[in-house]
Amino acid sequence: MAIKKDKVDAVMVGFGWTGAIMAKELVDAGLNVLALERGGMHDTATTAKYPNIADELSYVMRGKLFQDLSKETLTFRHSPDGTAVPYRQQGAMLLGNGVGGAGFHWNGLTWRPQASDLQLRSHYEQRYGKGFIPEGMTIQDFGVTYDELEPYFTQFEDVAGIAGKAGNLNGKLVPGGNRFEAPRSKEYPTPPLRDIYGAQLFAKAARELGHEPFPIPAANVSQPYTNPYGVRLGPCNFCGFCEDFGCYMYSKSSPQTTIHPALLDKPNFQLRTHCQVVRVNTDASGKRATGVTYIDAEGREVEQPADMVFLTAFQMHNVRLLLLSGIGRPYDPATGEGVVGRNFAYQMNGGVNAFLPKGTQLNPFIGAGAAGQAIDDFNGDNFDHGPLGFIGGANVRHNRTGGRPIGQAGVPKGTKKWGAGWKSAVQDSYQRMMTIVAQGSVMSYRDSYLSLDPTYRDAYGQPLLRVTFDWHDNELKMTQYTVGQAAKIARAMTDHVDVNVRKGHFDTRVYQSTHTTGGAVMGSDPSTSVVNKYLQSWDVHNLFVIGASAFPQNFGYNPTGLVGALSYWAAHAIRGQYLKNPGPLVQA
Amino acid sequence: MKNEDQPRRRFLRQMLTVVPASAVTPAILMQQGCTDAAKPAAQTDGSRATSADDYKPTYFTDAEWTFVRAAVDELIPADATGAGGLEAGVPEFIDRQMETPYGHGKLWYMQGPFHPDADPLLGYQARFVPRDIYRYGIEACDAWCTQEHGKKFAELPRDTRVQVLEALEAGKIHLEPVGAKLLFATLLKNTHEGYFADPMYGGNRHMAGWKMIGFPGARADFADWIGQPGAKYPLGPVSILGEQA
Repeated sequence: MAIKKDKVDAVMVGFGWTGAIMAKELVDAGLNVLALERGGMHDTATTAKYPNIADELSYVMRGKLFQDLSKETLTFRHSPDGTAVPYRQQGAMLLGNGVGGAGFHWNGLTWRPQASDLQLRSHYEQRYGKGFIPEGMTIQDFGVTYDELEPYFTQFEDVAGIAGKAGNLNGKLVPGGNRFEAPRSKEYPTPPLRDIYGAQLFAKAARELGHEPFPIPAANVSQPYTNPYGVRLGPCNFCGFCEDFGCYMYSKSSPQTTIHPALLDKPNFQLRTHCQVVRVNTDASGKRATGVTYIDAEGREVEQPADMVFLTAFQMHNVRLLLLSGIGRPYDPATGEGVVGRNFAYQMNGGVNAFLPKGTQLNPFIGAGAAGQAIDDFNGDNFDHGPLGFIGGANVRHNRTGGRPIGQAGVPKGTKKWGAGWKSAVQDSYQRMMTIVAQGSVMSYRDSYLSLDPTYRDAYGQPLLRVTFDWHDNELKMTQYTVGQAAKIARAMTDHVDVNVRKGHFDTRVYQSTHTTGGAVMGSDPSTSVVNKYLQSWDVHNLFVIGASAFPQNFGYNPTGLVGALSYWAAHAIRGQYLKNPGPLVQA
Repeated sequence: MKNEDQPRRRFLRQMLTVVPASAVTPAILMQQGCTDAAKPAAQTDGSRATSADDYKPTYFTDAEWTFVRAAVDELIPADATGAGGLEAGVPEFIDRQMETPYGHGKLWYMQGPFHPDADPLLGYQARFVPRDIYRYGIEACDAWCTQEHGKKFAELPRDTRVQVLEALEAGKIHLEPVGAKLLFATLLKNTHEGYFADPMYGGNRHMAGWKMIGFPGARADFADWIGQPGAKYPLGPVSILGEQA
């Protein structure tokens, strides 16, 4: 017999960025809010304490802050007729766990998508014609426009203290910023980070080729900053332990450093850690959520009634919980019908390693998660795709997260991986190797989707989420082209350039990106989306599914800027409309 | 987090006996570290390279320990570039890792069914945890060496050992039940980790790996050097437990 807890007004399933944003908004609206987190407590003072945090083996190689795969993982296959096998070891993606989620150990690149990214199908059909979109590609519009979201991008950036330089203020181009960015209503809250040496060299080479490089918008604040909640962040000191680590300096924006101090002690807020939500409960009609059921740290089943349920877990887990709860019609690739799990997408990254002249001192250990320079000339639809024959593009950049010796001390291609030759190569390359990355978009396809695995189960006996995914010609062409552009910049710096272009089938073994998207996508048509433009379930009006699970396809930017904006956008609609009159915010 | 508590506590207990000496004579230790890094390359043939190391393995048997030491000595040989894997304590690192959740495969999803013949792009699908990989792999490799060359791996001449490692890496030797490529990849990965991880895990002794490439370890504060583009960073490494060089 399950333990039954007292009802709350709203329950958050997962307590990373989206859970913290939504909880804060609803607590401020006077609701009683409970956040359930499957992992443990993480905070700066204990989890990110110096010097213990400067431990590559523990945090990166052994994945101290990542999802514990021994308890729950994914399964992968390349096509709908294949047999999926488990993702047994950390590889292509590094899912988060615990309070703060991946928002605690992320790098902090915080972008706004292009206006056309949010209306992708209409935009491409209009500019290139309907026939330009290949058969089987299921891209669609987000159902919300950039103009609608603009105030919420600003809100998220202000909360996070993003360091950057505007390139387009209210339609007026501003030198030094990203001339391709969508118009923004105000400057970034903190100035750009100072340039690491490699970024200076990248920017110089890019300018020589006629590009206009700009500083990457960074959730690593560049100066002391107090956010609208009154929470203070300190300036980044380029410690080089950002990616996969918590920030000991209180400089990297995370739920911990921007929201928790203004939320955790509120009397109408509760956080329970080590609570694994196993399903969303609905009433007999199936149209109304009654709360959630979770397994607590002692293994007891607990029923938590709530008036509103928010899936604020990572993209994968949001989708899995919908499938486990039987909410929404599961997607069937054979018919193309159904929506839950549909339009899973990823990112296609490639790049080049440039070996600068001997004697160069890059000091690679001087880095920050989002420190660097970028160009957007080959991202989104900022260039003519007509003659190229593919959709999408890539953000091309040099971004120095650090110089970690186990994982970031590279050698030229063809070098033996051991012995005296490796030693001299790794020593020789350490100060003069820099990487230019082309982080590329991935479109959605009829055969790329998420479903429950028929064989493998988690530690609680529930089916794992199965990922059916492989590269398509469109992305292989896109990466070939955009990595080629990165190579041109590198060759303006040095003659010794190693080019890395992904080919063949998706490889789960090698880290590529944790920017997974889709499966519970937003839109204006319930037959092709799980949630409406306010991230509200079409089927269950008091259930909201917040996060990158809502992206109908993926772009060439890191997703957190849009995830933050969508969270505030949804919160605004809930506070302004839903709480007064609970029901569908959009009529199907 | 809790996964790492046990080894750390055990390590701290071990450190209690070591700390006073190093706390009293940091400068001398530092000099020794530098000297060790440079000398053996010139003066030893490597096969007899010692690390002044009285570490006794916890997991590995004598035969396995001999194999691991010999293999590490080839994977990162001592030379003028920097310390070898033996002086840097890499075998100790690997042995200690075998006692951690990693060594026991507790960080991996290890529920069946197992499909070891699945497309390799879909990732590791064997049922072996790192402890098994070394136990079964070393035994099979030594048996192969004995059959082919009449001696165990560690007893072979250096150039033959290198050839064996190259053949393992390329999967040209058939070993069962742990395949040659898996044994080699695990050994190489752990060797690199042991050379470059913080010294508190038993490897990277006196921060030899960090000194070789110029990584300043746990300094983790470059606010004063971000404005010096292209200038050599002036400070040597520090470790998490406070060793300096």
